[in-house]
Amino acid sequence: MTTDAYPALTLVPKTDVKQSAKDFKSDQEVRWCPGCGDYAILSAVQAFLPDLGLAKENIVFVSGIGCSSRFPYYLDTFGLHSIHGRAPAIATGLATSRPDLSVWVITGDGDALSIGGNHLIHALRRNVNLKILLFNNRIYGLTKGQYSPTSEQGKITKSTPEGSLDYSFNPVSLALGAEATFVARTIDSDRKHLTEVLRAAAAHEGTALVEIYQNCNIFNDGAWEPLKDNDTRDDLMMRLTHGEPIRFGKDGEKGVARMPEGHVAVVNVADVGEDAILIHDAHAKDPGLAFALSRLANPRTLENTPIGVFRDIHRPSYDRLLREQIESVTERLGGGDLQSLLNGKDTWNVS
Amino acid sequence: MAKQVVKLNKVVIRFAGDSGDGMQLTGDRFTSETAGLGNDLSTLPDFPAEIRAPAGTLPGVSAFQLHFADHDIMTPGDAPNVLVAMNPAALKANLHDLPRGADLIVNTDEFTKRNLEKVGYAANPIEDGSLDAYNVHAVALTSMTVEALKGFEMSKKDAERAKNMYALGLLCWLYNRPSEGTLSFLRAKFAKKPVIMEANIAAYEAGWSFGETTEAFSVQYEIAPAPMKAGVYRNITGNPAISLGLVAASKLSGLPLFLGSYPITPASDILHELSKHKRFGVMTFQAEDEIAGIGSAIGAAYGGALAVTTTSGPGVALKSEAIGLAVSLELPLLIIDVQRGGPSTGLPTKTEQSDLLQAMFGRNGEAPVAIIAPQSPSDCFFATIEAARIAVEYRTPVFLLSDGYLANGSEPWLVPNVESLPTFEPNFATGPNHTAEDGTESFWPYLRDPETLARPWAKPGTKGLEHRIGGIEKADGIGTISYDPANHDKMVRLRQAKIDAIARTIPDVEVDDPSGEARVLILGWGSTFGPIGAACRLVRAEGQQVAQAHIRHLNPFPSNLGDVLKAYDKVIVPEMNLGQLALLLRAKYLVDVVSYNQVRGMPFKSDELAGVISDVLESL
Ligand code: SF4
Repeated sequence: MTTDAYPALTLVPKTDVKQSAKDFKSDQEVRWCPGCGDYAILSAVQAFLPDLGLAKENIVFVSGIGCSSRFPYYLDTFGLHSIHGRAPAIATGLATSRPDLSVWVITGDGDALSIGGNHLIHALRRNVNLKILLFNNRIYGLTKGQYSPTSEQGKITKSTPEGSLDYSFNPVSLALGAEATFVARTIDSDRKHLTEVLRAAAAHEGTALVEIYQNCNIFNDGAWEPLKDNDTRDDLMMRLTHGEPIRFGKDGEKGVARMPEGHVAVVNVADVGEDAILIHDAHAKDPGLAFALSRLANPRTLENTPIGVFRDIHRPSYDRLLREQIESVTERLGGGDLQSLLNGKDTWNVS
Repeated sequence: MAKQVVKLNKVVIRFAGDSGDGMQLTGDRFTSETAGLGNDLSTLPDFPAEIRAPAGTLPGVSAFQLHFADHDIMTPGDAPNVLVAMNPAALKANLHDLPRGADLIVNTDEFTKRNLEKVGYAANPIEDGSLDAYNVHAVALTSMTVEALKGFEMSKKDAERAKNMYALGLLCWLYNRPSEGTLSFLRAKFAKKPVIMEANIAAYEAGWSFGETTEAFSVQYEIAPAPMKAGVYRNITGNPAISLGLVAASKLSGLPLFLGSYPITPASDILHELSKHKRFGVMTFQAEDEIAGIGSAIGAAYGGALAVTTTSGPGVALKSEAIGLAVSLELPLLIIDVQRGGPSTGLPTKTEQSDLLQAMFGRNGEAPVAIIAPQSPSDCFFATIEAARIAVEYRTPVFLLSDGYLANGSEPWLVPNVESLPTFEPNFATGPNHTAEDGTESFWPYLRDPETLARPWAKPGTKGLEHRIGGIEKADGIGTISYDPANHDKMVRLRQAKIDAIARTIPDVEVDDPSGEARVLILGWGSTFGPIGAACRLVRAEGQQVAQAHIRHLNPFPSNLGDVLKAYDKVIVPEMNLGQLALLLRAKYLVDVVSYNQVRGMPFKSDELAGVISDVLESL
């Protein structure tokens, strides 16, 4: 890959050796439950990282707490397994002070949206150069099966024997509401789609949020099954591609169109005509349409679930702005002289 | 009319007014002129937490006390010799501190029926004889200011606002302070508002000439410069001193400085100050909350920066879990806690020393950290550098416990020569540090330096050092996850031993006992240094003996501390808490120290402490 494919990584040193997925496997034994969706994501990431062509030592994975947060241990890069919910904050300090690193955050639905919700939304609005992979399995796995902020309302779990009462978060809607510059959704089992989305995220300057639908086969098995099952998925799931009409269904018979009242809705293409179907524009400055698309999905039945890149716009990253501010002040005033700083403006002499 | 000039050796002035009256600014300017004259000085601002409490009420009173002298002094003074009261509330709130016979300058214009009623005065104290014990100067400050600004195109209300400059002019005349500094300060401050600038200058000058011509003031005072060591001096408060210490530590270690912080009183000024120093490459990050403040700092430390988070007590509570992570990761990190009255929101603008045990123990698990406390505003500079040195050399979080009194109080500072400051090295890991039996080389992130027990600091971006660490217990040496019971026991002890090892690099505690015969030691930490020292002088002036020692390193303690404690019949430990250091001393050295405490949000008074010492001496 050339540097140009990943404009966000121009400041990160490149490797001159050819890397393979094997180079990114650490010597640690992977300890997720057999059958966990995390395995597929790990192997996709290991296979994808060589594409970036970066010096391995300049890649850092930072995680919080939860099953997914063990991820960094299994990659032979720098890795920091931190505390619950705080990975975006820690990664912000790292990425802000080290433009020569490619920084990734691994988090889950509980870690990112419950205990770490504040850090997540602020990382997104600030647009620090981080790539956040949010593994959404709609359950707390590591603490053995309580409902999470993305669990559907009414979910029966250990902590909600009569059904959960709280309404769920849609991470993509949340990220778009925070005006994140890059928001995408993909699925653990769709290696090709997952890799494409990771590639787009890596190329993006600023914070990228990638929601990955992940199966927890122990505590919430089959949560995303309708989107994976050959018989149902094409009917339920729309794949967003920039510049393409938003159509789905087995024969592309469904599409998304703007209604006379102003909102967008899923329609039969035959009813409205092909020209009425919206063309997906991930680069639209206004997040309104992307948000509207994110609201089409039914959290219970998973009908009308979009995957792909919802939004990918350019806004200078926080760390770049900070560096530029430091540079421009230094240019204007010259580098600092410690002695004159200590002296200050108001001194007197005693002889 | 030439006035009589009286020489004094020291004066304590307190300016008091409404929060909106500009008393802090007036005090700062008077201080600056006094510093320039070469007096030794010490200041104590005292302001409410509310930005503007209702005008004219007791909670809205803001005060600034300044002690200056022709000799070396240690405190802002127990009681003022002069009180400037801009309104009845200021009089009422401060009069009880004023000794009989002291000068009292009151702004008569504000003593209206309504203002008197607001603070519960049934009659005007200026007229009813209740102030007969004082030397009252009744001055119509507001109306004379308005009169002086007649020619200016401004509302009466705006003209009235310059009354603090009128008062400043008067006081500067009274104590023979120069004017140049204040005039150029006003010119710079109001450069964009020429009318306001001219009006403030005119008010200042009118106040000065009023002093010179009025018969209300028959004498003018002079306080000669104090003998001080030769060199360049500036006046400094604690928060800027910490900020300068951080920039210096960054230079001295060659590490970029990163501050992650969330605004909180009384620590925010460090964030403000550092954000001005971008030309030194300083990165300041105003985080979304206290946890992100320290989180970002941990990230920056992991990346090889000199990382700092600044806060006050409630913020420390929020950061506790992250401090534990930094203990476990063994990364250099400065946690600067400018203590204030607690618990909870407590007294945000008042001082207290009640976070010592929080700093020491406020985390889950065995999570030792180093703790340092500066003893005066200017010492904040040196204590910060020392804290940074320990953090970097021992790869550990270090607490710097300042407080509200140090943060806002000021004193003259002999500015050090940069060449004289200690340098220290980060010694980043550069390559593999472990060779297996089969000859393969690898990097072990928890292989310790045998001397310091510090682990390697391995910056991302260094080839061959890729490794994974986290908050889960790590195997000794190799640093991989380990749940092994024996390993955990070993790691807990190693982390403690590393902090204990710091004692080898810190100086012994010094005892000041001029006679060498004292049987009582008074031991303090942090900002009580000045009041304790002044109390010792009072006691010694009475011909009695007392030894004084002050500790800067609170964890670990200096190696000789136990011997020092045991050498005295009694050890008095005054603290602005309910005995936190005393608890640690008793636990560690089995010495039954006499704990003396107050938590009034104000520093100790030296005569109060002198009384405590005398009582203990009598009990021997
Ligand atoms: S509990 Fe669920 S999410 Fe966690 S490792 Fe097991 S299968 Fe995966």
